[in-house]
Amino acid sequence: MAILDTQGLKEMFDPNAPKQLWGVVAEFEDEEALLKAGEAIHHKHGYTKLDAMTPFPVHGIEAAIGIPRSILGYIVICIGLTGTMTAILLQWWTGAVDYPLVIAGKPYFAFEFAMPIIFELSVLFSAFACVFGMFALNGLPRFFHPTMHFSKFGRATDDGFLLVVEKSDPKFSAVETRQLLLSLGATSAEVVEK
Amino acid sequence: MAAHSHHAELDNFNLDAGLWARVRNIILFVFLLSAVATGAGFFIDQKQFFHSYLAGFMWGTRILLGALFFLLAGYLAGAAWNVTVRRFAETLAATLPYGIILFIPVALGIHDLYHWSHPEAVAHDAILQGKAVWLNPQFFMIRAVIYFAIWTFFAWGVYRNSTAMDKDKNIQHMHSNSRYAAPGMLLVFLATSFAAFDWLMSLDPHWFSTMYGIYIYAGGGLASMCTLVLISLGFRRAGVLKNSITLEHYHDLGKWMFAITVFWTYVSFSQYMLYWYANIPEETIWFKHRFIGSWLSVSKFIVFGHFLFPLFFLITRKTKRNLNTLAFMAVWLLLMDYLDIHWNVMPTLHPTGFAPHWMDITAPIAIASFYGFFFWNRLKQHAIVPVGDVRLYQALAHHQV
Repeated sequence: MAILDTQGLKEMFDPNAPKQLWGVVAEFEDEEALLKAGEAIHHKHGYTKLDAMTPFPVHGIEAAIGIPRSILGYIVICIGLTGTMTAILLQWWTGAVDYPLVIAGKPYFAFEFAMPIIFELSVLFSAFACVFGMFALNGLPRFFHPTMHFSKFGRATDDGFLLVVEKSDPKFSAVETRQLLLSLGATSAEVVEK
Repeated sequence: MAAHSHHAELDNFNLDAGLWARVRNIILFVFLLSAVATGAGFFIDQKQFFHSYLAGFMWGTRILLGALFFLLAGYLAGAAWNVTVRRFAETLAATLPYGIILFIPVALGIHDLYHWSHPEAVAHDAILQGKAVWLNPQFFMIRAVIYFAIWTFFAWGVYRNSTAMDKDKNIQHMHSNSRYAAPGMLLVFLATSFAAFDWLMSLDPHWFSTMYGIYIYAGGGLASMCTLVLISLGFRRAGVLKNSITLEHYHDLGKWMFAITVFWTYVSFSQYMLYWYANIPEETIWFKHRFIGSWLSVSKFIVFGHFLFPLFFLITRKTKRNLNTLAFMAVWLLLMDYLDIHWNVMPTLHPTGFAPHWMDITAPIAIASFYGFFFWNRLKQHAIVPVGDVRLYQALAHHQV
């Protein structure tokens, strides 16, 4: 995760940067073909460093290529409860400790009147955790990603269903992985560099 | 790896006659037993009888009203996932008209329940005189008929269209239901709100709260989701609809339970907080009654049992997708919803503290089994899943992202 992807920027604008093998990207006709190939390459051939790029969310693709459930929910509950505690402490400390004032005969601190702020801050913190946590977990924002070297990368936003195998996969071999993807029904497959 | 198996085995969508008769006999037996016991209670303690009956009546009827909300909300949103449980909700809602029979004891007990129904009390009470235009026995009965008429119109309308679609598979029936859903939602909410004002809020006729209607309806919606879960699980145990109501559907019903728990808390707390803050005696008196003696402990327990516990219990995906934990929470929330209604009704009768009576157990059971009997009879008349619905196959293949 990087707030500003300096490495990516450098690679983008420096034509002399050394090229390195990054992985294989394959294109499939439709989501059925992608799911079938993804399931085969993950469950039958044991590849683990996989990713998919599709024009719309494909049901079941996470299970097919072995992407675990996101931990975002746990991040949100932790930060959400931090919001709850912040609201309680803020109202208790300002109202009952730092500057106690009797207003309309109400107690210095009471959960009755504190609850709207507690609710709002819990929601606010949760929402921020949700949005920014999602960005962080996805490694966003970034200017460049090696899969963009794939000649049909733009099709992933239109009618192409891409399956990506990264070089970091222990079973990866540029030639064999590419052959395997083609044999699993890919219409095209390319080795990409970073 | 059943991730993409669209063509799961199809269930039998018709109710087995043997199973139907067995369950009908159980419902009848439970009804007779509890109804006789509750009826006997009338001769033992008349005031207690009517109060216990009213609490049971409100609890049971709100479950059916919650089912009607579930249907109308589904049609408004164009929901596809709920099709496999929709016939249960339709049949629950279509049982609403029989509530008018159950309303008769409430009408007969008007003098035991409602202080404002005594002309001599009104004669000495300027506030009740001002409210007499609305709170008088004749108009009270007329309004009850109007409420049931509105509920029946939409409940039977939705049911008729959906069952007609079973036979002719004409999508116009679905469009018709969607068209009626918007005015239906408005009118059903208004009718239910005013029913809550009439039947529960007027127990304390000086007190008023504009949020009371939605607070009472919210609990009904919650109880209704729990009922749908339990009906589906009952069928599952009998081996019925195992492939149609899958973990994915239970997960969504669990989300409804979670969402309405939070919504119920939101409205009930808002009602409390606004009155706490303004601190005007005529408004706070209702809560004051519920803070006396052991009622205070009940009030605190409701905060825990109706909000905090279900909130943290249902927040994870795991408990919503585990049928045992989901069933436990459905039963728990149904009991909590009853306690909530009990807490609304009983402080008028037992102002000094929480005083449960055996009729508080038999009356809700009698009312639930009365509705259950008509529900079960109607369920037999058609397939237990809307087989003609164009969205059925979408619902069968439903899958959480």
